[in-house]
Amino acid sequence: MKRDHIITIFSENNIGLLTRITIVFTRRKININSLTVSESAIKGVYKFTIVIRETDAQTQKVVAQLEKLIDVLKAFSHTAEEMIFQEIALYKVPIKPMYESNTIEKIVRKAGARILEITKEYVVIEKTGHKEDTQALFEELNKFRVMQFIRSGRVAITRDPVERLSEFLKERDAYLNSLD
Amino acid sequence: MLSLLEESVDTIFGYPGGQIMPVYDALYDYQKEIKHILTRHEQGAVHGAQGYARVSGKTGVCLATSGPGATNLLTGIADAMIDSTPLVCITGQVPAPLLGTDAFQESDIVGMSIPVTKWNYQVTTPEEIPEAIAKAFYIARSGRPGPVLIDLTKDAQFGEVEFVYEKITKIRSYVPEMHVDPHQVKAAAGLIDEAQKPLLLFGHGIIISNAEEELKAFIEKTGIPAAWTLLGLSALPSDHPLNVGMLGMHGNYGPNLLTNEADLIIAVGMRFDDRVTSKVSEYAKKAKIIHVEIDPAELNKIVKADVSILGDAKKALKMLTNNVKENSFNGWLAEFRKCDEIEHEKVCQKDLYPVKPGLTMGEVIRIAAEKTNNDAVLVTDVGQQQMVAQRYFKFKRSRSNVTSGGLGTMGFGLPAAMGAQIGAPGRTVIAVIGDGGFQMTLQELGTIAQNKLPVKIIVMNNSFLGMVRQWQQLFFERRYSSTELYNPDFIAIANGFGIEGQHVAERENLENAVQEMLDHNGPYLLEVKIEKEDNVFPMVAPGASVSDIILEP
Repeated sequence: MKRDHIITIFSENNIGLLTRITIVFTRRKININSLTVSESAIKGVYKFTIVIRETDAQTQKVVAQLEKLIDVLKAFSHTAEEMIFQEIALYKVPIKPMYESNTIEKIVRKAGARILEITKEYVVIEKTGHKEDTQALFEELNKFRVMQFIRSGRVAITRDPVERLSEFLKERDAYLNSLD
Repeated sequence: MLSLLEESVDTIFGYPGGQIMPVYDALYDYQKEIKHILTRHEQGAVHGAQGYARVSGKTGVCLATSGPGATNLLTGIADAMIDSTPLVCITGQVPAPLLGTDAFQESDIVGMSIPVTKWNYQVTTPEEIPEAIAKAFYIARSGRPGPVLIDLTKDAQFGEVEFVYEKITKIRSYVPEMHVDPHQVKAAAGLIDEAQKPLLLFGHGIIISNAEEELKAFIEKTGIPAAWTLLGLSALPSDHPLNVGMLGMHGNYGPNLLTNEADLIIAVGMRFDDRVTSKVSEYAKKAKIIHVEIDPAELNKIVKADVSILGDAKKALKMLTNNVKENSFNGWLAEFRKCDEIEHEKVCQKDLYPVKPGLTMGEVIRIAAEKTNNDAVLVTDVGQQQMVAQRYFKFKRSRSNVTSGGLGTMGFGLPAAMGAQIGAPGRTVIAVIGDGGFQMTLQELGTIAQNKLPVKIIVMNNSFLGMVRQWQQLFFERRYSSTELYNPDFIAIANGFGIEGQHVAERENLENAVQEMLDHNGPYLLEVKIEKEDNVFPMVAPGASVSDIILEP
């Protein structure tokens, strides 16, 4: 059975690694639903968060092949339930309906969104949440014709109390020193 | 150049061109230390480096220019990737300021080679060269070996820097192997001691980790029959009493049939390729599986293991041998021998000692093996001759079989044999090639002649792309679509390159012809006209279960 899996990858920061990582998915014809990359809490170590919809077995194999990449330190997979995650969405809507009624204001309030910028032509609204939430807000706002809309990839953290990467790196170092 | 010397490189296969000229210029000063083999095509260089690496256990090195030079390496790199062969390929690249501008002979070889390299890297400054080369060699040969590509921009080749070289022995993000877990060994030993019908399958991993003696010690203590994959061939002498033959689509009857009777499969240094397992859902259903493997991504990839032992085959086998009890399985072994008899009667007899007119590939291979006292290096191309050669050639020593297994690269044979001869200078190297594959890379006859490499080349000529024709016969109602070949006079071609040879078409001349080939001082081409529609059997039809192996059509 296919379901959402969040794959997190910790890696060195080397050119070309993103291609190497995406190829592991594309060669098995797996679609990447969302992808974000940024520097992790440890300097020089980058964290990829990738969402795919796949079977558990296929996901395990992909994770093993990701870990095999030379510049990858560690890869994990989690189900959506095992992680806390957010996405951010930005909406640009015309200013005119704002003047004409308070409907947009009500929508923004109800959705827990916030207004980032107001100009003579438009207003930019920001909402963080799960895809269903940001999508629902889009549907609401689109009644006033959303001029532009963008949603980020997913960022996620585990429900573990600590990020285990620094311990992992220490263990890895000790292990590599133990090899002949 | 100094970096290569630090890695004890003594041979490079390559082809010069504009963007690699500074490296070639430097090579000129190191001709005594490093022998450069000028091939006739970059594909020849990379297959040559593969042949060299496979027989010698060293890392093969090849050199090519940018653009087409680099892209011509790709087939060989892909082949080395899937067959775990350590290679360092160095390509020239346009100067860094021109990158991405569609400059003359620019190709994004780093991008193109990503899926077929273990690692690759583009060097744009001279300072990076020593570290990149050190990393390349470390990655190529450690753990599960594979090809690495280093792309050197021309400006990086020109710069001069003070040379400081440090060998690399670890990379934070790369674990070449794990320590073998003694708990897993104990668990495996328990299964082994309980088994009634155990079967060991070994692959290339035995040869890569130099575990031949450990394999022998393990099977001799436990009495477990051992079968080999295409790339495991020659790790265990052919005449070893526990060697029960070849696995897979054209493997032996016993190991295929009895895989589905076994109650325990111990797979060591092999990856359950689909040519071995055929239909996975009906593969070894009665057996518990122990998988010994260095690459964690291979564990549970195709076949789910009951006990996985992650680590080096040599160390794992040593630990297993210490943990298992002495045993013997005479009744079980006899089942294999019974299968051998059936196979011999129905298939091998006709292949090896035919009485019908028309030469068979099997008799050619038998004679070549006999006349070299089973001690030659066999290099094959891909197709029917490959399967027949692997089935019937006999081996005494490890690292004596070079073939393109995973990728099945036609045209591999001749250049790989050239590289194997350089990697094993004192040994007889026999290249077995079909008329189709030979014409894909026969330009390397020039390299063989120029370097006076005494490769003995047997071209099995049936004027067909035989394996495809066999499939057309069996699965496509004999519709021989684009498989019949109009061939040139191969001996005239060899002679044109200054290589001697002869045709043979009659059985009574075959033995003498093979003898003349072997006695000849230098390279030799023997073209054998074989039966046009000869087929390779046994066969596990695609999609069938291994136990549905057929002995005749």
